[in-house]
Amino acid sequence: MKKVVTAYVLTCALLIISIWCGVAIGSVHIPLEVLWNQAVDETAANIFWKIRLPRVLLAGLVGASLAIAGAAFQGLLKNPLADPYTLGVSSGASVGAVMTIFFNISIPVVGLYALPTFSMVGAIITMVVVMSFARIVDRSLKMETLILTGVIFSSFLGSLISLMIALSGEELRQVIGWLLGSVSMRGWPYVQMIIPFVIVGSLMIWTQRRELNVLLYGEERAKHLGVNVKRSKYLILAGGSMLTGAAVAVSGTIGFVGLVVPHMTRMIWGSDHRHLLPLSFLNGATLLIICDLVARTIILPRELPIGVITAFIGAPVFSYIFYKQRRGKGVRA
Amino acid sequence: MIVVEHLSGGYEDVPIVKDISFTVKKGKILGILGPNGSGKSTLLKVMSGILPATTGTIAIDGQNILSYNARALAKKMAVLPQLHANAFSNTVREAVSLGRYPHQTGFFSSWSERDEQAVQHAMLQTGVKRYEHTPMEFLSGGEQQRVFVAQALAQTAEVLLLDEPTNHLDIAHQRQILDMVRKEAVECGLTVVMVLHDMNLASLYCDELLLMESGQMRAFGAPHEVLIASQIEEIYQARVATYAHPEIPKPQITMMPAAIDYQQRAVIKKEHFMITEHFIQLQSEIPLKTVSSAVHNPGIGWHNCLLNRSVPGDYVISDVKREVNEFLQRGDFSPTNTVVMLTAVPTALVAINEFYAPFGSVIVAVTAGVGNAVDVSRVHERQDEPYIGTINTWVIINGCLSDEAFFQAMMTATEAKTKALQSENIRDERSGTIATGTATDSLLIAATQKGKEMLYGGPITEVGKMIAKGVFETTVQAIRNYKNQF
Repeated sequence: MKKVVTAYVLTCALLIISIWCGVAIGSVHIPLEVLWNQAVDETAANIFWKIRLPRVLLAGLVGASLAIAGAAFQGLLKNPLADPYTLGVSSGASVGAVMTIFFNISIPVVGLYALPTFSMVGAIITMVVVMSFARIVDRSLKMETLILTGVIFSSFLGSLISLMIALSGEELRQVIGWLLGSVSMRGWPYVQMIIPFVIVGSLMIWTQRRELNVLLYGEERAKHLGVNVKRSKYLILAGGSMLTGAAVAVSGTIGFVGLVVPHMTRMIWGSDHRHLLPLSFLNGATLLIICDLVARTIILPRELPIGVITAFIGAPVFSYIFYKQRRGKGVRA
Repeated sequence: MIVVEHLSGGYEDVPIVKDISFTVKKGKILGILGPNGSGKSTLLKVMSGILPATTGTIAIDGQNILSYNARALAKKMAVLPQLHANAFSNTVREAVSLGRYPHQTGFFSSWSERDEQAVQHAMLQTGVKRYEHTPMEFLSGGEQQRVFVAQALAQTAEVLLLDEPTNHLDIAHQRQILDMVRKEAVECGLTVVMVLHDMNLASLYCDELLLMESGQMRAFGAPHEVLIASQIEEIYQARVATYAHPEIPKPQITMMPAAIDYQQRAVIKKEHFMITEHFIQLQSEIPLKTVSSAVHNPGIGWHNCLLNRSVPGDYVISDVKREVNEFLQRGDFSPTNTVVMLTAVPTALVAINEFYAPFGSVIVAVTAGVGNAVDVSRVHERQDEPYIGTINTWVIINGCLSDEAFFQAMMTATEAKTKALQSENIRDERSGTIATGTATDSLLIAATQKGKEMLYGGPITEVGKMIAKGVFETTVQAIRNYKNQF
């Protein structure tokens, strides 16, 4: 129990520190007082409230979504290399989002939520297609099969996006800018856009925390232990796709967060999903806030796409996990 | 209690198991046996609801299991399939705790006192408590298997289904797991159905056995009713023999390797006997099947070396086992491959004769000291300390005897010995009546087990005649040798 408390305290502390760094560090110094008194420094207050805070919050929400979705996918598929990016779900969400921009689709009632809605639909469809294709190829859903299928579908969907870019005219800038994967200059509307999906998706996954623990031992075993396997699977896949879709809709494809964060969290705090899920959520937020901070400060005054930073950390970690797996040793929880 | 009635089912509309019916009472263990592909594991999967049942019912405590939802069923019935490692690891405690899943309900349900008790009990029963905080992947296969058994026990279900729980385990771990399952059944009334590959283990631990062939029931009943050699041979297409377990009243089965050469015939000859001052030795190139009342390696066995050892009259008989072992080690004899008898008679007085018969030959070797001869019908009057065996008889047969023939041979040889004592007018000193033997005679029947099997060894069979004649004549000769000496 003590370990669990330590885990949450440390994780929250890290998150708070990263949020503070995220809003405080930059070309313009932000004095602490702007939090309660805007009049101290009007410009700084503006930068804080209108630019940096929404940006940090957005980065945090996107990171949290991708990380908890990754943790859930990994648990469900018993596959430490599964994450929204490697499974092609992110690409599916991208296609949905790019199509929305490309065809300039707007839905009357949902309004602002058209983009995330189509992203999510793209994510869910991709998830279902990837899973069923992989199952046809190999009933046991081996790790390699699933990753390969993800790669195949990612390439295919990537070419769809390229096609739309090639055909696009004035939307080009918008599509490219979005595709690069960034949380900059999005502002409060995007934060509002993602929040409901983050809450609903995360809750859907969190209700399945105990089931995920049991599912680690396989669907049959879970059934023996009394899990309603079908319902659990649907909830996890739907929740994960919703989170991925929403994250992609607001920030483009940002890879490896869903892979690295759950892995690190598991390594340090264990693979009990009751804690792994919330801790991954918090750590995902922390990681992406820090990555975004690095992305926008490392080569001032220019800004790197945030996906570059995550891939920079993620690819080596991916290789490490793959190496450990192939050497026959399970990844230590 | 679990009742299965007319159960059929399997993969995708192809019924693998057909029309299975049985009942296992509370606290009993049923073992499911059958050749590879006979549908044992499939039956267990149909019973646990992993595969669909096309017809038939399964009831626990009189209630059809279809009427339970997954969680309620998991509280009634725990299943332990053949498990594989998983990519993420838990600690042992975490793994065992998952067995409590069906008992935890509600959004924020917490860990209750009963959950904790069940997990502790399961860990103690399976002996994994000391690894409580160890990650699963640091455990050996046997230890992991025990953790999974603990997980199933933590479910505190009434019925436990096990699929080859002893797969890949060594004999110590097999015993540990099955002892524990047995204990749970006996003490806590757990009803167990388990698939086993090993018929001997099944016989030892199960109250009842179900033998399957091509998805159907071939036999059902107590181990001795199911493990019948002819039935097993037919189903497994392999030659087997049954024998009794040395300690508990259960049959055991052993396979018979493909029959080999029958060519070698009479290979033991009189010249093979070696007589030294201390012992008479027969060293055989092929192992002899021996049935004896010897001091060392008595009973039924296979041995290459037979010893009749001459010891002083004041030999301390109480410590005989240890002394004989030391003697064997000193003389470089194999302790496991040597049958030893003791005599107070000098080795030079042995009588050895060879008798030819159509099936081969019989060699009889006797050392006879008749100083302590007794009349068996009057021995109840005596209160003596045991002496060192005084008439030691070996009957070596170049031929093949059945179990019956071995025991009949012993009777025949004993009768012939008694007759020899009578014909030599050896008397019981106390009663003055004709003696029938001495107080501690030993007899050994050994056969090469080559050639055609002789089913009987009574006095009118070919081998019986030779034994009778041989033992009588040789004993008479040995008694005369003894009389001449003393």
